[in-house]
Amino acid sequence: MSLAIPAVWTETLAPGQAWSRVLHRHQTLTLTAQGDGASVAGLFYRADALIERYNMPDTLKAQHTAFLGAGRVLLSDMGHVLLAITADSCGWHDTITGHQDAAEAREQFGVGTYATLRNQCFRNTRDNFLIELAKHELGLRDLHANVNFFTRVTAAEDGSLHWDPHHAKAAMAVTLRAEMAVLVVLSNTPHPLDTATEWAPAAVALTIAQTPPPGPDDPCRIMRAENGRAYQLTEALFPTV
Amino acid sequence: MTINATSLRDPALAVVDQIVAPGDGWTHALHRGQVLRIVDLEGNQAVDTLFYDLHDPSDRYDAVQTMRRQQRVYLTTGSVLYATSGKPLLRISDDTCGRHDTLGGACSCESNQVRYQLVTLPMHSCRDTFLLQLQSQVPRWGVRLSKRDITHNINFFMNVPVTPEGGLNFADGLSAPGRYVELIAETDCLVLVSNCPQLNNPCNGWNPTPVRMLVWEV
Repeated sequence: MSLAIPAVWTETLAPGQAWSRVLHRHQTLTLTAQGDGASVAGLFYRADALIERYNMPDTLKAQHTAFLGAGRVLLSDMGHVLLAITADSCGWHDTITGHQDAAEAREQFGVGTYATLRNQCFRNTRDNFLIELAKHELGLRDLHANVNFFTRVTAAEDGSLHWDPHHAKAAMAVTLRAEMAVLVVLSNTPHPLDTATEWAPAAVALTIAQTPPPGPDDPCRIMRAENGRAYQLTEALFPTV
Repeated sequence: MTINATSLRDPALAVVDQIVAPGDGWTHALHRGQVLRIVDLEGNQAVDTLFYDLHDPSDRYDAVQTMRRQQRVYLTTGSVLYATSGKPLLRISDDTCGRHDTLGGACSCESNQVRYQLVTLPMHSCRDTFLLQLQSQVPRWGVRLSKRDITHNINFFMNVPVTPEGGLNFADGLSAPGRYVELIAETDCLVLVSNCPQLNNPCNGWNPTPVRMLVWEV
């Protein structure tokens, strides 16, 4: 890849901002909420083979969970670990309710165009994703289920879904470690089940760091036997030194 | 949930009446207003299914939109199957099983390795069926699809309960011999089916069996 990444990088994901970047193997990305009610939507692709991407069903069924948190891994559709959640003070990240498009955002928040609001305009997740994906020659066909960081959505016994309005608090943080070069696409836009009528996403700080490879007792590797096999298949992609 | 629904449609009047063997695929273009019935002939057989807008296949069934717009994890009578654009593709008009999964995705050789054992790689899987169908059968309907178009599918007759605590498991099926689900096409769409060959979990009752596909005109 031609994108040069410094060893350490920090920036702020402004309300409404879209973002994409290749995380190199064993780099970590930490997202830290700068206010209550944060929600960041994310999509993930293997950087050197973009046809391989985050797969929500494979990730959930392999780990027998309906949500993401510390110790969980994000699996690709080819049985590889893209990212591992190495730290998390949030406890629950949704990945089953997708994201909002322009029409839905307009219905919820009203019209908030660039012409009237300049860069405070009401951006929506779908358009943000399409813009960022196009920078990597991806598009609508590459749009599968995303992760919604900082968001808790539970299912009742009858299957009804419930968004938790009190879940996301300022200073909550989640850290993802890339287990191969991963294209990360983020959108700091409201969660689709958020009932707010005012468009007001919280800013989110991003920090990238270089970390050592996961050892044999890494908590994400030993979380479940399935994770161990996914690591085995992933590490086999790389020559041993 | 409509367990005892009985459709009045007569199989003798169906324009399509085909049996899909376990492990096989099925591709068909449904036109707006047509009705598709999938019959679980022997019970507890997962039928992995994808839908595409026939005239714009980049717009396709979207599992997360479908769950979120209706705020329900499971599908049954009355559920609308939404495309990524937010357009309704189909509606479930009748269902004698009770509920269907759209969270569990399709099995693949690669995910089988992760979930079960590395040596499961040679076992037949739904994604392989989809990959072959989209090269051998889908072009006959004037549609071009590739692996990037294989999005998260519906598993008709499959039971993947989600607990309030966020647990998720593949459980024994709720279906039984002869139970069926019926869908009305709200738009012209391409149907891609894999009659699931999974032998590593109870999604097919440990014994994959045939299903019957029936299509009626309006």
